[in-house]
Amino acid sequence: MAGYKGNGINPAKFERGQIKIYIVLLPLAIFMLFPIVYIFCHAFKPMEELFEFPPKFYVKNPTTDNFEALFKSARNAGIPLSKYVFNSLLVTLSVCIGGIVISTMAAYALSKMRFKVRGLIFSINQSALMFVAAAVMIPRYLIISGLHITNTYWAHILPLIAMPVSLFLIKQFVDQVPDALIEAASIDGATPFRIYRQIIIPLVKPAIATGVIMSFQSVWSNVETSNLYVNTDAMKTLTFYANTLSNANNLVQGQGVQAAASLIMFIPNLILFIFLQKDVMNTMAHSGIK
Amino acid sequence: MKTSKTTPYIFLLPYIVLFSVFIIVPIAIAIGLSFTDFNTIQSPNFVGFMNYINLFTQDSIFMQFVLPNTITFSLIVGPGGYCLSFLLAWSIAQFTKAPRTVLALIFYSPSLTMGTAMNILWRIIFSGDSYGYVNAVLLDMGLINEPILWLTSSSTLLIIMIIVGLWSSMGIGFLAILAGIMNADDELYEAGAIDGIKNRFQEMIYITIPTMKPQMLFAAVMAIVNAFNNGAIGVTLSGSNPTPGYAGQLIVNHIDDYGFIRFEMGYAAAVSVALLLIITVFSKVATKLFGEKE
Repeated sequence: MAGYKGNGINPAKFERGQIKIYIVLLPLAIFMLFPIVYIFCHAFKPMEELFEFPPKFYVKNPTTDNFEALFKSARNAGIPLSKYVFNSLLVTLSVCIGGIVISTMAAYALSKMRFKVRGLIFSINQSALMFVAAAVMIPRYLIISGLHITNTYWAHILPLIAMPVSLFLIKQFVDQVPDALIEAASIDGATPFRIYRQIIIPLVKPAIATGVIMSFQSVWSNVETSNLYVNTDAMKTLTFYANTLSNANNLVQGQGVQAAASLIMFIPNLILFIFLQKDVMNTMAHSGIK
Repeated sequence: MKTSKTTPYIFLLPYIVLFSVFIIVPIAIAIGLSFTDFNTIQSPNFVGFMNYINLFTQDSIFMQFVLPNTITFSLIVGPGGYCLSFLLAWSIAQFTKAPRTVLALIFYSPSLTMGTAMNILWRIIFSGDSYGYVNAVLLDMGLINEPILWLTSSSTLLIIMIIVGLWSSMGIGFLAILAGIMNADDELYEAGAIDGIKNRFQEMIYITIPTMKPQMLFAAVMAIVNAFNNGAIGVTLSGSNPTPGYAGQLIVNHIDDYGFIRFEMGYAAAVSVALLLIITVFSKVATKLFGEKE
């Protein structure tokens, strides 16, 4: 063991060997940082800077005018912005929680239990995630109106809960949970539900964190349900409202309001990612067996 | 494991019910519609394989532009984005916690901001007048004499779409790979060092990749699916569907064009089924490469 100095992954401190990787990555990182910086700056630009030519990247005289205009335009339309935010949060959180619960349960069954149609279900799920969303929009509408849930929050939530990508992702991680661990628990008398709660869930935390980030993002940015399945304006989502603003962008005012709305749309994604990234990168999967 | 026969089905039930009602049944209806001439107003008429025959024999735009564009775009952005995701995830895993967190956020940020960033940022960078950043720089350096219409010219649109596609390819696959690398078992690396693994590159080939095959497969399938389904790029950048001269027209745009502009849903459904088949073939290849033998 004399020569072994650690595997280089997740090092505790800075080492000389990291320098060459930094040299390659830093320019790339700066290039990729542009959009975030841009979105922040753009939202605080006063009107004359938004229309400046050539367009400037940074904001010179930051102002909150755009945000005030955004709140005002929502108030004038009769529905306060907070109502859209509430709708979006309610829908997104319900889908994320519901989706993760049913996906982890299904992933556990598909990965660790033996039964007849197991392979078939997994391959159907995998094909389903490849199908183009646009092609199923009209058939989905027919089903939702058939179930009489149009114009309810259910129309926002139910169609999005089952997410084939999420099941696929979590199943790939459950595959890595050692069978021996589950067998040992089973011999000690743990029921499948207990194994699911106390072994599977803690060990696939990185997959759950990744899945939450992914489903939050896709539900938060979804406009299909507001466009097609819900008619009452007061029940539509923030994304829908932000999109109606961008359709009106020929108005001079529109540009600034739109920039402010994109920042408001972006912030929750950013916060969620910052909170969950430590779970994504958590090194713990093998702690249970040692 | 000892479980009663019904246990797996109890665990699967909630997922299967929602999955069938909102995903499988609509897909089945869509496949059914692909054999009809449904125009969304009148009830659909059965036309057999007519739509599929038309797609491969009559639709010259599909054969001449859409299919080659899609294949070029996907073959570069799919594998390219996949390699990029792996290399970046592996590189930042070599860092200490703080820089790793910041860099992970930066590389993932294009996926977080996708729609917004494309609308404003890339259209300004590649704007067709001399105020666009790229044109301004090239004019300044004297490399070109007049601004290039990057986003509306048929010779450059596809190239720019590929650049934007690669830029935004560190998505969910990147996160999954990162999680996989970070969760690798330290003992394996120790054993590898004893067995004579000398440098980080060997470590990556012989230990990192084999131990995280499930994540590699997930990321590969996601890379393929995203590359083929990433239809918004060309239309958002050029501002029109169909894209100018069909230069950036991908299969997904072709589906939108027929389904929601011309309202030929039956034909659009047939194109979707063709796309599904193409993606399935590529995913099978990925599964062969990374899948676990069962």
